[in-house]
Amino acid sequence: MPQGDYIERHRRDYGYRLDHFERKRKKEARQVHKRSAMAQKSLGIKGKIIAKKNYAEKAQMKKTLAMHEESTSRRKADDNVQDGAVPAYLLDRDNTARAKVLSNTIKQKRKEKAGKWDVPLPKVRPVAEDEMFKVVRTGKRKTKQWKRMVTKATFVGPGFTRKPPKYERFIRPTGLRFTKAHVTHPELKCTFNLEIIGVKKNPNGPMYTSLGVMTKGTIIEVNVSELGLVTPAGKVVWGKYAQVTNNPENDGCINAVLLV
Amino acid sequence: MEVETETMVEKREIINNVMCLLTDPDGTPLGSPMYLPQNAGPQHLNQIVNKLQNNEEKLPYAFYISDEELIAPLETYLQKNKVSVEKALPIVCQPQAIFRIRPVNRCSATISGHAEAVLSVAFSPDGRQLASGSGDTSVRFWDLTTQTPLYTCKGHKNWVLCIAWSLDGKYLVSGSKSGELICWDPQTGKSLGNPLTGHKKWITGIAWEPVHLNSPCRRFVSASKDGDARIWDVSLKKCVMCLSGHTLAITCVKWGGDGVIYTGSQDCTIKVWETTQGKLIRELKGHGHWVNSLALSTEYVLRTGAFDHTGKQYSSPEEMKKVALERYQAMRGNAPERLVSGSDDFTMFLWEPFVNKHPKTRMTGHQQLVNHVYFSPDGLWVASASFDKSVKLWNGTTGKFVAAFRGHVGPVYQISWSADSRLLLSGSRDSTLKVEPWPCLVFQVWDIRTRKLKQDLPGHSDEVFSVDWSPDGEKVASGGKDKVLKLWMG
Repeated sequence: MPQGDYIERHRRDYGYRLDHFERKRKKEARQVHKRSAMAQKSLGIKGKIIAKKNYAEKAQMKKTLAMHEESTSRRKADDNVQDGAVPAYLLDRDNTARAKVLSNTIKQKRKEKAGKWDVPLPKVRPVAEDEMFKVVRTGKRKTKQWKRMVTKATFVGPGFTRKPPKYERFIRPTGLRFTKAHVTHPELKCTFNLEIIGVKKNPNGPMYTSLGVMTKGTIIEVNVSELGLVTPAGKVVWGKYAQVTNNPENDGCINAVLLV
Repeated sequence: MEVETETMVEKREIINNVMCLLTDPDGTPLGSPMYLPQNAGPQHLNQIVNKLQNNEEKLPYAFYISDEELIAPLETYLQKNKVSVEKALPIVCQPQAIFRIRPVNRCSATISGHAEAVLSVAFSPDGRQLASGSGDTSVRFWDLTTQTPLYTCKGHKNWVLCIAWSLDGKYLVSGSKSGELICWDPQTGKSLGNPLTGHKKWITGIAWEPVHLNSPCRRFVSASKDGDARIWDVSLKKCVMCLSGHTLAITCVKWGGDGVIYTGSQDCTIKVWETTQGKLIRELKGHGHWVNSLALSTEYVLRTGAFDHTGKQYSSPEEMKKVALERYQAMRGNAPERLVSGSDDFTMFLWEPFVNKHPKTRMTGHQQLVNHVYFSPDGLWVASASFDKSVKLWNGTTGKFVAAFRGHVGPVYQISWSADSRLLLSGSRDSTLKVEPWPCLVFQVWDIRTRKLKQDLPGHSDEVFSVDWSPDGEKVASGGKDKVLKLWMG
């Protein structure tokens, strides 16, 4: 049965007890000692809970104190010279998305000459054929076994049309097709959702490259036109290579790192 | 006899005439309306105008019919636009610069020296000296003949954000991020006196008093982030006046030719101050966001003072003052001074501050904030640089949109005009400089072609922060984040 607000009503009608505030003050004053006694003698999970709570309170208090101290003590204005000077008209603008012009041509050229990339993931786990493909049984008696279904994430170009089922040896399931990748720029430390242009190299074999299979370590080409990068010759960079860093078939997304 | 008259009649039938009225840019007719043959082109018109004006030397003119440049014979225009031949066809004649600046197309020198990004470069008004301010707290003077560093001036405690030459080329003032100003002597590279302190935050702009108002140059005005503009005296080495009133940072300051100071601020207003007592005379309101940049129609003449393309030197300040006043009056004509302001609200306003406190026109079209606006040296065009990667060109008197230059792939930071108003230079975050030809050359037929990119100047390996075209037109200097100063030549 609800008791209602009988205490409040009594107080409204008759006022507080004469010694109410005195008692309240004393109770509050004693509370500290009581709590500390409790904290000292509690054992087990209860003790742990109390200790954790007290620790959090103490840490919070220290933080607030430090904050107050900081606002009272006068700090000198930042008169030391910082790096990354910008002109007056850019000083008030937050420049978070500043793209840097990429490393010089010589480096890029040397890389191209060698024909291989010093990539972030130099070694990948080889993927066997029976892991990559699932055999699809066909025919009226399901005796034919020439059809394969790709079990990894794939990239299928926009102009792709399926062959008639009779001639279609490899099926690339639509559920595992990807058109976009989360590409991280290693120098800018920021990630962009970019369109995939093509699969450049799958380390597991040229067949997978031509099928557009994207496993961990695959080099893909992404559309970087929205980043506004330019070559030292002043041309706009359109496509750039990136390496897949996750297992897209497990994660449902493609994470990649830009090769610069 | 009869045979002759017949041939005359035949000729008249072949060559149709059209009634034309030639006027100057203000609208006053040069002569009475006259019949011109329809196959008359700009060259013929040029001859007629030179005759009408009794010019001893032949001056080049450009012709406009209802704001469209005439480049082919009159005939083609009439056919294209179906103009009535009953009325007189008004043709506006714009005098062109008698000299022609060669478009820059090669990098003549890459001078390293600064240890940090180059934030500002400026040629002296006579175009013989060059200075740059950098993030490594130093100001450097460069030798233009040998293209080597001349003096390194240390004294600032923080980044040197802006520099400004006095109009006689005898001083250079630099302002830093810590708010002090230092006056340098370009002859020796030494500072003149102690740093001028007073500003509480960084300096955003410096402007000198025009030489035709006061010669030799003594006073300049500096604007700061703390919302104040201060007028300083170089010889007294102290602050003469403090113009306070803006509630937010001042972004741009200009000293007008009529002896007033214009300040544009982040509090969305432009204030006009008079300079004898530092009183506020006018407040121009209209922008919806920060005002980023101001441009005066006479800015180029004010900047170059008495020096023109001939490279004449003056011995006495009085002579300089006289010549500068003549040049200023010739430039301004009898029209009031015009002001264009570019803002963060993606628009620009054209004002005539002495006539009206309301804007004359609003110039819309940019899709991002407008970072820099600049009047062409002849005052007929306004160019605007915006973060939407384009440079747009507007009519300087009416504020009408003329053309857009799209070529940059990054925000455009700064623009600079060549002294003959035919070429425009823009520097951008995408690390290139672009030279754009404008207005179209009289001899070229396709105006669409001439509004295209003239020259791409790649070479900087990072953002270009500052560009300047020397007043004599021979050189272009650019500095950017890649710490080098580049000189370009035609």
